[in-house]
Amino acid sequence: MADLHFGDDQPTDAERAAVDAVVPENNAATVAETERLVRGGRSRRQGLRHILLPVLHSLQHEIGWISPGGLNCAAERLGVPPAEAYGVATFYELLRTTDPGHRDDVVHVCVDPACSLAGGGELRASLDAGGAKVHASPCLGQCERAPAQFVQGVGRPDQVPADNEEDFRLPQAGDPRLRVLRRTGVVDPISLDSYREHGGYQALARAIEMGPDGVIAAISEAGLSGRGGAAFPTGIKWRAVADEPGPDKHVVANCDESEPGTFKDRIVCEHDPFSIVESMTIAGLATGAVHGWIYIRGEYPRATARLESAIAQARAAGLLGDGVSGRGQHFDIELRRGAGAYICGEETALFNSIEGFRGEPRNKPPFPTTHGLFSQPTAINNPETLINVLDIVLDGPDAYRSVGTERSPGTRLFCLSGRVAVPGLYEVPFGTTLGELLDLAGGPVGSLAAVLLGGAAGVFVGPDALDMPLTLEDAREAGATLGSGVVTVFDESVDMESVVVRIAEFFRDESCGQCVPCRVGTQRQHEVLVELQGSGQSLSPQRAELIDDMALAMVDASICGLGHTAASAVRSALALGLIGNSQ
Amino acid sequence: MSSVATETAVTIRVDDQEVAVPEGATILDACNAAGVDTPTICYGPTLTPVNVCRVCVVELDGSRALVPSCSRPAEEGMVVHTDSERVRHSRKMVLEFLATGVDLTQADELGQWAEHYGADPDRYVPGGETMNEPVRVQDNLYIRDYDKCVLCYRCVEACGDDAQHTYAISVAGRGFGARISTEFDVALPESACVYCGNCVAVCPTNALQFKTEFDLREADDWRPEDQTVTQTVCSYCGVGCNLELHVQDNQIVKCTSPDDHDVTQGNLCIKGRFGWNYV
Ligand SMILES: Cc1cc2nc3c(=O)[nH]c(=O)nc-3n(C[C@H](O)[C@H](O)[C@H](O)COP(=O)(O)O)c2cc1C
Ligand code: SF4
Ligand code: SF4
Ligand code: SF4
Ligand code: FES
Ligand code: FES
Repeated sequence: MADLHFGDDQPTDAERAAVDAVVPENNAATVAETERLVRGGRSRRQGLRHILLPVLHSLQHEIGWISPGGLNCAAERLGVPPAEAYGVATFYELLRTTDPGHRDDVVHVCVDPACSLAGGGELRASLDAGGAKVHASPCLGQCERAPAQFVQGVGRPDQVPADNEEDFRLPQAGDPRLRVLRRTGVVDPISLDSYREHGGYQALARAIEMGPDGVIAAISEAGLSGRGGAAFPTGIKWRAVADEPGPDKHVVANCDESEPGTFKDRIVCEHDPFSIVESMTIAGLATGAVHGWIYIRGEYPRATARLESAIAQARAAGLLGDGVSGRGQHFDIELRRGAGAYICGEETALFNSIEGFRGEPRNKPPFPTTHGLFSQPTAINNPETLINVLDIVLDGPDAYRSVGTERSPGTRLFCLSGRVAVPGLYEVPFGTTLGELLDLAGGPVGSLAAVLLGGAAGVFVGPDALDMPLTLEDAREAGATLGSGVVTVFDESVDMESVVVRIAEFFRDESCGQCVPCRVGTQRQHEVLVELQGSGQSLSPQRAELIDDMALAMVDASICGLGHTAASAVRSALALGLIGNSQ
Repeated sequence: MSSVATETAVTIRVDDQEVAVPEGATILDACNAAGVDTPTICYGPTLTPVNVCRVCVVELDGSRALVPSCSRPAEEGMVVHTDSERVRHSRKMVLEFLATGVDLTQADELGQWAEHYGADPDRYVPGGETMNEPVRVQDNLYIRDYDKCVLCYRCVEACGDDAQHTYAISVAGRGFGARISTEFDVALPESACVYCGNCVAVCPTNALQFKTEFDLREADDWRPEDQTVTQTVCSYCGVGCNLELHVQDNQIVKCTSPDDHDVTQGNLCIKGRFGWNYV
């Protein structure tokens, strides 16, 4: 084992305290031996390395940046090589490794489409003029209340100003057809009793009666598919994890939600947090996993607080921990905060992030169901996917299938933002058309030019797509995707060139940089679009060919979904003539 | 564990040939067995595959995307295409992409592959971002010229898990801004580096090079064609590491060790690697 070398930079008392606050007592640092597992996966001894990110968060929060002394202190306490700790710290947008020279809060202001359309630029300018330390941010997951800001506190709690002013109400409040959103805005999110009064924990009781196989069979029969973007069948995923031996398996709720235009997970985590805890517990029972993890994006302070409170209350009530609900099986949940990296929503990058490594995706295979978190079998799901499990367990697959289509059963959450009368979170049966969905939100504002379906990783569709039924199969046939349920609406007044340049910039900024096609491809794609934007000309055939060539290599040869989708919105905008056409 | 298990053969089809490789072998191993030449950058015979450069991709029947041959285990019945239009395209683009941002003038093998696949780095937007890093000359042993770095992770692997267990360097930053770095980019002498030079040995682009080579190149006097290589066994300790001393004009100019040597696997310590500096 290596003797690690630490430089001479000493921490201040405050830095030492910030590190100590997170490191468990009497847990002498063991050197975390890292070992590249053959074929891209990795196995790691579970030393203290997995609290590296929480320790870095603590330093950032207390000190305002991660200094050489602070990093050294963290690295030494956790037995992590300083160079690797630095590699991790520099991976995240919310962590600073240069001295800001002040201890002011940093105000992150969203520069993504829904917010720029709603005056994000002006907000930035006015905050700036007022002397605030402003930082341009990708989508903050508050697109329905654009323009969005997130205040990263130094020495005091992070804040989302809009949270304080909000009197939360779903646009569809009171609609009896709501399923996933039934309790959202109705139940008291900080009260387990209230959750129980609204039917909470009946599904867990039922799941215990059904047994693991019964639960998984019901989910498979219901045809539940993942809502995080890839639409993978949940029953198959859970079955695969259940079939792996041993209890050291994991259930992860992927609440990293960073796809521009997506805010659904924030809303359900804030307003119905117990449903996530309950459905994760069911996932634990069904798959035989004893470890539960919630990975939530760092810019969601209220959702984080409410999930933490829900976990604590469930634990106190014996609904987590040893012998969940009087059953022999142990299941508990740990919460981890991201630190500003879209890529950490990719499942294998998320595992690396929790493990204290750079959030770089792993090559697949092997898949998470066999080599997931800590290289152990893992079922990772989006919160919306998880909440669907509750109704399937309680009402059975047939009732579940009574809405939606044969191949896309159930309902789907859609995040409407941009030029639409009532932006917000909507739940509709699969098969509802795009036009009907827009009508539900009061219709487009102005004359409809295009809709971005599925977020930055999705595609633009034109007004002729209003008749398209929103199902997995229809979207696929139209060369589109429902992705994470993003519906961003643009009217004729919008400068689409700057929207598309921003999407390209987003991918350039968020690429982890690991693989060549995406690291360089996203950079060069952005450069081509910037050149086009300034030119006042149509896209030349040479440039069009270059864009196609780069796109094909990114789709074919990138490691993960970020690279695979980095060109799709751009190319759809070109194909629809939204950009590139100077006439 | 019986030794028979490792002898089990897996048969896969590479283009129009059937090849048998031992279980656990990669598609790249199968390509090599079939005599099919495959470009690689991040792969190293002594390193665990990180499959990041993607230049070795092949088309695998039944897989939507191309797969990295260097890390993907060969499985019975796989059908692999190494020279399809899609494969040639992605390989060309990887080489082209690298050439747009990195100085590949001393990466001879890469240059040959770029030519082979018809990479054209000149068709991009003029003035695009490049690595743009100063040469780091921080000691008399080796230099780091990250303008030439393709971020293949090989040096990181060699310094860390795969050989040295020193962890002096890591990848820092993200996306196009990612760089190989010590903590806070401190100079090597202040870092954990023990000057084993194993990173230099695995670097495919000469981004890491012996100071002797760097100085001779600066003086325009680096002449590999005039160099001879002498095999010897390192005399500093009793381990018996094989050394290859590269000599130009009666001066030792660098020292390597064969990858396939069962003691060193290409790795040395500071004494073997750089001891001749003081001889
Ligand atoms: C770049 C990228 C970002 C992603 N971000 C998220 C995310 O924020 N939340 C999420 O649930 N899935 C995200 N995913 C998809 C996950 O990898 C994974 O498929 C999903 O969490 C599985 O859950 P599901 O089956 O319930 O959809 C992302 C994928 C990629 C490629
Ligand atoms: S595709 Fe992009 S984000 Fe994904 S691993 Fe490669 S560089 Fe990282
Ligand atoms: S010389 Fe050895 S210790 Fe120093 S960076 Fe290279 S591999 Fe690591
Ligand atoms: S310095 Fe050399 S070995 Fe290290 S990543 Fe760059 S090109 Fe690869
Ligand atoms: S919060 Fe600004 S676009 Fe989502
Ligand atoms: S050599 Fe296979 S990905 Fe680099």
